[in-house]
Amino acid sequence: MPRIVAGPVAEIPPGGRKLVEAGEGRRIVVFNLDGDFFALSDRCPHQGGSLCRGAQSGHVSSPEPGVYTYERRGEMIRCPWHYWEFDIRTGKSWFDPRRVQVRQFPAHVETGAALIEGPYQAETYPVRVEDAYVVVDA
Amino acid sequence: MTMPIRRIDVDVHPMPTSLKALTPYMDAFWADQVVERGMTTLDSQSWPIGSPKTIRADWRDAKGRGASTVEELQRQCLDPFDVEIAILNPLYGVQLLFNEDMCAAFTRALNDWVRTEWLDRDDRLRASIVLPMHTPEQAVAEIERLAGDRRFVQALALVMGEVPLGRRQWWPVFEACVKHGLTLGIHAGSAYRHPQTSVGWTTWYLEEYAANQQAFQSTLASLVTEGALGKFPSLKVVMLESGVTWLPAFLWRLQKVWKGVRFEVPWVDRLPAEIVRDQVRLSAQPFDAPPDQAKRILDHLRSDEMLLWASDWPHWQFDGDAAIPPGIPESLLPKLLRGNALATYPRLSPQEARKGDAA
Repeated sequence: MPRIVAGPVAEIPPGGRKLVEAGEGRRIVVFNLDGDFFALSDRCPHQGGSLCRGAQSGHVSSPEPGVYTYERRGEMIRCPWHYWEFDIRTGKSWFDPRRVQVRQFPAHVETGAALIEGPYQAETYPVRVEDAYVVVDA
Repeated sequence: MTMPIRRIDVDVHPMPTSLKALTPYMDAFWADQVVERGMTTLDSQSWPIGSPKTIRADWRDAKGRGASTVEELQRQCLDPFDVEIAILNPLYGVQLLFNEDMCAAFTRALNDWVRTEWLDRDDRLRASIVLPMHTPEQAVAEIERLAGDRRFVQALALVMGEVPLGRRQWWPVFEACVKHGLTLGIHAGSAYRHPQTSVGWTTWYLEEYAANQQAFQSTLASLVTEGALGKFPSLKVVMLESGVTWLPAFLWRLQKVWKGVRFEVPWVDRLPAEIVRDQVRLSAQPFDAPPDQAKRILDHLRSDEMLLWASDWPHWQFDGDAAIPPGIPESLLPKLLRGNALATYPRLSPQEARKGDAA
């Protein structure tokens, strides 16, 4: 499993996202939710829309008609093509979480020092020891 | 040899020959108003008496009318089709009236006419409570007035009314249905508050009859998206003379779009098609498919519990005794002809049916 350096942490602020080339034409979108990083395939499982171009929203549910419970602001990503919504934390779709999911990849933060010890693939950044980087196991 | 299945017919239409038939069931004021205003009849434009479809040719009397007496129903439908229970759905045009007091009075008269002239004359008969649909209060009052008579098994509205049926203003009606174990019947036909199509008035009867399908689609979408079905999960809705084969394709679109914009209606928290399969039933007359395609359509419904048999008497949906749409597989018949109706109408539970037999 190649490990990809998505970029310096400072480049993906909370609420931000970044599209990363993962080789062989694969694209991965990395989200920052309040300091936690999540990486999803940029391909919507429906028809391949680019999730990176979609709108981020919260999750609305309802105990009964006319009552809106709005939670987890910014933690859902909607495919721009047909508005299917996916949980950024899990990659699962809202309407059929078991069967319709976006592929998720582990993402975490590494120090520049650790990265320099490598070995990492598709590394395109001049890594600085003193910085922190988002790393995706793609 | 298998036992013949005793059928439950969920859609038969008694037709008063004129308003004179109903005046004995009106209070003095309204009975006199009928005479003084010279009101003769309320046959609905949705079923013009002269149209071949409205009354099958061999079921018409010498005057060209039909379905006006219980004897005709017995001779033309109950006896030849071995019907154990038939549900009367009067379509007389009382719901078309714009005067809401007159509508309520005439609707009461129609329901009482059904009770006295039909239910009291054959133990096999059950009926819908025709609802005056000007206000929810009136509709609920009519349910409360008649629900004590357990031969009323359903409350009945037309598919084309004034506002979409799922709207919250109608929920007291659904609540009353649930409380009394009544299904909500929705029959083809218009109260003529709007054109019969969303693009305007039709020119021909043909257009109008076919347009009912659009109205059923919109009504079904309203019931789902407004959350009415979710709010009343034990409510069963029976779409009558709706046709059947349009349903899978419509659900496909409704569900597909819901997946994208479900945030509009967060109370619709499971697949619309599942909700419909759980709570909505359709009379299988008309069915609307060539015989060799019937099985495919049934597969698309993904349920063998949704269809209820109906003769649609005296409407002309079939010739002779071919009252089961051709192409329906034999294996579905026990459910289609009987089992599904028993499961749909709380007041037709086997115990209730036996009570009816004993009455």
